[in-house]
Amino acid sequence: MVREGRFLGQSWRFWVGAFLVYLVFQVLFWLGDAEVPVIGAIFTTYIQDVIKYVCILAMVALGLNLIYGFNGQFSLGQWGFYAIGAYASADVTYRWYQNSDPSALIVLLVGEAVALGLFLLVPRWTRGLRLPEWQVLSLYLVMLVAGAAVGIGASTALSGPIGAFLRLWPEGLAMQVIFFLSVLEGGVLAAIISFLFGLPVLKLGGDYFGIATLGFGMIVKVLFDNADAIFPEMKGARGMVGIPRLTTWPWVYAFLVLTLVAMRNLIYSSEGRAILSVRESEIAAKVMGIDTTRYKTLSFVLGSLFAGLAGGLLAHYQAFLAPNMFHFIKSFDPLIIIVFGGLGSMTGTLAGTIFWAATLEGLRVLLPTGTEAWRLVIYPVALLVIMLLRPDGLLGKREWGFLRERKWWLKPEVVEEKAKAQVQEARGS
Amino acid sequence: MKPILEIRGLTKYFGGLRAVYNFDIEIPEGALVGLIGPNGAGKTTIFNMITGIYPPTEGEILFQGENLVGLEPHEITQRGIGRTFQNIRLFPNLTVLDNVRIAYHQHAGYTLMDAVLRTPHYYRRERELTELAQSFLEVFNLQDRQNELASSLPYGEQRRLEIARALAVEPKLLLLDEPAAGMNPAEVANLMELIHFIRDRFKLTIFLIEHQMRVVMGICETITVMDFGEVIARGTPEEIRNDPRVIEAYLGRGVVLEAR
Repeated sequence: MVREGRFLGQSWRFWVGAFLVYLVFQVLFWLGDAEVPVIGAIFTTYIQDVIKYVCILAMVALGLNLIYGFNGQFSLGQWGFYAIGAYASADVTYRWYQNSDPSALIVLLVGEAVALGLFLLVPRWTRGLRLPEWQVLSLYLVMLVAGAAVGIGASTALSGPIGAFLRLWPEGLAMQVIFFLSVLEGGVLAAIISFLFGLPVLKLGGDYFGIATLGFGMIVKVLFDNADAIFPEMKGARGMVGIPRLTTWPWVYAFLVLTLVAMRNLIYSSEGRAILSVRESEIAAKVMGIDTTRYKTLSFVLGSLFAGLAGGLLAHYQAFLAPNMFHFIKSFDPLIIIVFGGLGSMTGTLAGTIFWAATLEGLRVLLPTGTEAWRLVIYPVALLVIMLLRPDGLLGKREWGFLRERKWWLKPEVVEEKAKAQVQEARGS
Repeated sequence: MKPILEIRGLTKYFGGLRAVYNFDIEIPEGALVGLIGPNGAGKTTIFNMITGIYPPTEGEILFQGENLVGLEPHEITQRGIGRTFQNIRLFPNLTVLDNVRIAYHQHAGYTLMDAVLRTPHYYRRERELTELAQSFLEVFNLQDRQNELASSLPYGEQRRLEIARALAVEPKLLLLDEPAAGMNPAEVANLMELIHFIRDRFKLTIFLIEHQMRVVMGICETITVMDFGEVIARGTPEEIRNDPRVIEAYLGRGVVLEAR
């Protein structure tokens, strides 16, 4: 094997298989909607929603696993970035859906592009200056404000013509394109904020970092409680209504598959190994020439990006957002999932999310009427028992299927020898 | 010969504790220099200051004429200093191969985008650096272990892997912190051969801390002796062996007097 598959490191078999899985569920959902006997009884709208929610939550948990499981930074702030992605994305589509107003779309698009451009360019000139940390942080904040200013300027100038142009498109198509862009914008906004937050905070180690991120999650919730002061459409603590319901099965599935493939490709690369080395031994990593600050920031930002993207999907899945959904207690959900599934295992995170949904939501269906509340007893007991039996989580650090590392660099003769040895072993026994 | 490493007036206080005081050394290129002294003499602290893990309180560390004080550890490594640790610090949950490949990170030469999108450039560089890492493992006779977890290796092989990993950063100066700790006499003999071999093969300068006199006396060309953070003697193994201050530091004065 000279290399892995042709597209994004995956073989055509993988992509066909992924598409077939999509298709099977899509057909089941259609049959469920058509209330075909048996299938209609299983794939009710409720179960369809649970399956979509599993995909969204798996993305949040994968992001957290990158931060905690792979990089070793204990974070409780994941839910805050989820909220940021959700609200940002919802605001973009809300304005278009209700008022045909593309202003939020343009502000975020231009603002984020300018800010990211500055983030990438300016450090090239300032790195040599060895500025103290607070100056570096202020510099990035100035760049962010500059990006926002350009974004707002572009929006006042261009909202009219771009809005008119988008109205020429078929209504559904324009909505889908804006939805897709809004999810990306929500994710990137979460990533930018996590970068600025991580700059001063990531050098705290262990539990201290966890508490700081917990504080971040609380701040985000309080901000959205009072967001109506600036953005009346978010309606503060009463909750944001009127978001178009656009998160369909193909969208969540595509986002989850691409997240998984991207994360797998990252982990099995030199960048990914650098992230892992920080978890394994920070001092040894430094002495191996690895800029540990850079890789802590990288995994924190990417993990938050995943959470932000998932947030955008969540907003258009529920068509309703309230700050209470992002209460910090909820931020333990992804933490439970990744510890349960196995810190440092992507397969484990998927399995953990499915377990989480199966016990909390599946039992709601399975338990006889009137005893549903018992799932809140069964769930923690199951957690306890499984953690006692498997202290490293369901899968430990193991991976299955396409999430495994393919040793494509092995020399052909080594592979041949191994195959021969296996054949001989099989003959001998 | 011009020195590759020159340390002047290096001092480190941990609060009120004086760990190292006014330490000087000049290491010529290609030399094999030993640093010995009783427990707590400040030897490892010196290594930690050279590699940037602790900032020195005072003094300067010149590596090929450049002052390393104030640089980040990874920047110091990139300038050509590799090291091992007294208590082995491998990446325990990663494979033997990945332990060495991480050391090649600074030479990987592809970006995050290359990795995520799996560009041809990624495959080319990844293959090259994997083959380099494998050739290193072969030198250290660890190639059959490459897919095992580092934590599953026996002690002696973990030591060898740590040296292999330190060499993979392609250093000009290698710092070995008690490489023979916990080894039996046969393993120590192997290690001494190995150290000679890597110096000749990789054209290195080696600076090592050691407790076992047999190792230091056997391989080092010059030896510096420390006690309570200060240099008490320096010279060839022969000179050190007969230096009364060294004997005193190791055995104590009373014992020496009684022996007479």
